[in-house]
Amino acid sequence: MSFLTYLISGLSLGSIYAIIALGYTMVYGIAKMLNFAHGDFIMVGCYIIFSVTGALSGNSAIGIIAAIVLCTLLGITTEFVAYRPLRGAASPLAVLITAIGVSYFLENVALLIFGADIKSFSSVIKWEGFTLADGQLRIQGVTIVTILVSVVVLVVLQLFIKKTKQGQAMLAASEDKGAAALMGINVNRTIMLTFAIGSALAAIAGALLCSAYPSLSPYTGAMPGIKAFVAAVLGGIGSIPGAMIGGLMLGIIEILSKTYISSQLSDAIVFGILVIVLLVKPTGILGKVIQEKV
Amino acid sequence: MKKYRKVISALVAGVMTASMLAGCGSSADNSQTATTEQAEGEQAAADTLTFKIGAIGPLTGGAAAYGNAVCNAAELAVSEINANGGINGYQVEYSKEDDELNAEKSVNAYNTLKDWGMQFLVGSTTSACSIAVSEYTKNDNMFQLTPSGSAVDCVKYDNVFRVCFSDPNQGIASAQYISDHNLATKVGIIYDSSDVYSNGIYQKFTEESAGKNYEIVSAEAFTQDNNTDFSVQLQKAKDAGADLVFLPIYYKDASLILTQANTMGYSPVFFGVDGMDGILTVDNFDTALAEGVMLLTPFAADATDDLTVNFVSQYQAKYGEVPNQFAADAYDAVYIIKQAIEAKNLTPDMSVSDLCESMKTAMTEIEATGLTSSKMTWEASGEPNKEPKAVVIQNGAYVSAQ
Repeated sequence: MSFLTYLISGLSLGSIYAIIALGYTMVYGIAKMLNFAHGDFIMVGCYIIFSVTGALSGNSAIGIIAAIVLCTLLGITTEFVAYRPLRGAASPLAVLITAIGVSYFLENVALLIFGADIKSFSSVIKWEGFTLADGQLRIQGVTIVTILVSVVVLVVLQLFIKKTKQGQAMLAASEDKGAAALMGINVNRTIMLTFAIGSALAAIAGALLCSAYPSLSPYTGAMPGIKAFVAAVLGGIGSIPGAMIGGLMLGIIEILSKTYISSQLSDAIVFGILVIVLLVKPTGILGKVIQEKV
Repeated sequence: MKKYRKVISALVAGVMTASMLAGCGSSADNSQTATTEQAEGEQAAADTLTFKIGAIGPLTGGAAAYGNAVCNAAELAVSEINANGGINGYQVEYSKEDDELNAEKSVNAYNTLKDWGMQFLVGSTTSACSIAVSEYTKNDNMFQLTPSGSAVDCVKYDNVFRVCFSDPNQGIASAQYISDHNLATKVGIIYDSSDVYSNGIYQKFTEESAGKNYEIVSAEAFTQDNNTDFSVQLQKAKDAGADLVFLPIYYKDASLILTQANTMGYSPVFFGVDGMDGILTVDNFDTALAEGVMLLTPFAADATDDLTVNFVSQYQAKYGEVPNQFAADAYDAVYIIKQAIEAKNLTPDMSVSDLCESMKTAMTEIEATGLTSSKMTWEASGEPNKEPKAVVIQNGAYVSAQ
């Protein structure tokens, strides 16, 4: 029974990693760049929800919509200002380093505006979830919602990429930017759209992250962002179902190693498993099949 | 103690300039006994001799709440002492300097106070500043009593003493408190293994717990890279039957632990140390979650003993706010200096170094009574021995635990 309790904890943590990883992998799959600022977009989203909800005395729905809109604008702006000018740079490292710069920039701006003191986030999911086995097992509402949202996002993204013109354009741009441009695809606009979607996902992930773990500070997004990146790599970076599987696996492994091995070493074990997976299967769990790429 | 960035009114910045206490240096009574052995050359006329006590703390910036509490309370203590006839018949002059929570500026503040003629230092308020200043007080052999510098290294020199418990000694004090008050039979611990403060308290707590009337049933760690999900640590404590969970951590992580414990329906007594102080100030935090949380703290403003009641009302009348533990530590510090001076019958005309030498012995001999404890003694190492006190959170406010 206690194993099931821990498994549910793992599922709950994993679902959060999964939804963050979806945004990571989406951007990587198309733009072929690691947006290390993704975790900080999440943090920005959380602060927007926190501020708007606070100003509207508790109406979190408008807060979430505001966060999605503003994060999308932030993503587009960041792409336009920081990433696009460097896309032609000789080294792909230039964009990577810029992304790290953007990450620090956002953290410090948040520090300036909101201060370092943590804020307690009111959950946007009011549903408490349900209990099983005479109250011994408890599944939180936010866990169920997170998993459902992740699945919906996964399906919608897959459909969008496979069935729509814009999605096909993304696929083309991800495979060969030059050739895509020759086919009449506006590569810059396509990548901007990718960032817009990725950032909107960050806002949604932020709402769920802070609902599950309601402590908000300028560094809230940093560590979950890195863990989600690991999850995306584990699942096969660029693969949307891979991000989902990687996220859930990571959460469960982390909780179980905390439980049965050591609460201090859990990160070491998680990253150790990542190394082993990558040694055995360098593209990650689902990363091999090229068609799986978005 | 490294708790920074309390929200502080910007107004404070303008008000705080180093200022001398009005009315000082005036008529000391003329009946001083002239037992001076080493009168200094620059000695002024005997009837203007005064003791000079200086205080240092962050009066502006993110930690200004701490520095102002220390400097205000020290000022209050000095004015009380002067009103009651001074120390050994000599009046006391007081001056304070701002260090902005910066070690270098703290040293500058110390030099300013030294030029002013300071003989005893109450400070610095924060650990890093206190350590930086102690390098200089050591050289000058000036007596330093830090009210709230809790890092181990604050008292590494023999001329430095402290009023508060050192960080790791809070572990010992917590174990004693839990045992003395029969708070639990089974104790779980959740601590931050990536933090010196938390780790130090955890280790001392575990050592001290041996042979106590409770048993440690779970001790789980987390790190600053892994501080979002505490469900495992809590579940283990719950499964082990812990009826008290000891949290030697900062309130930032503690607020998440309380939330998650509530979600999983686990409600032991949570017992924190001074890092827990601040949990009620977390923006938007549901203080109902902190109901019943206990924390080790030297001072509760609602205590009903005469000393506390008098101090709180005086402080409120003069500075318009309820004093915190920093204020209590500093208030005690001034009275401790007074008691030590009286114990050795010191006079203001002695050199700073001679005063310090006498104070060092005096500190190990006196038994002080104050706000933070009714019985304080000191080791030559500078560490205080006193009975631990705790408060419990009730209806969103600290109440003295009985």
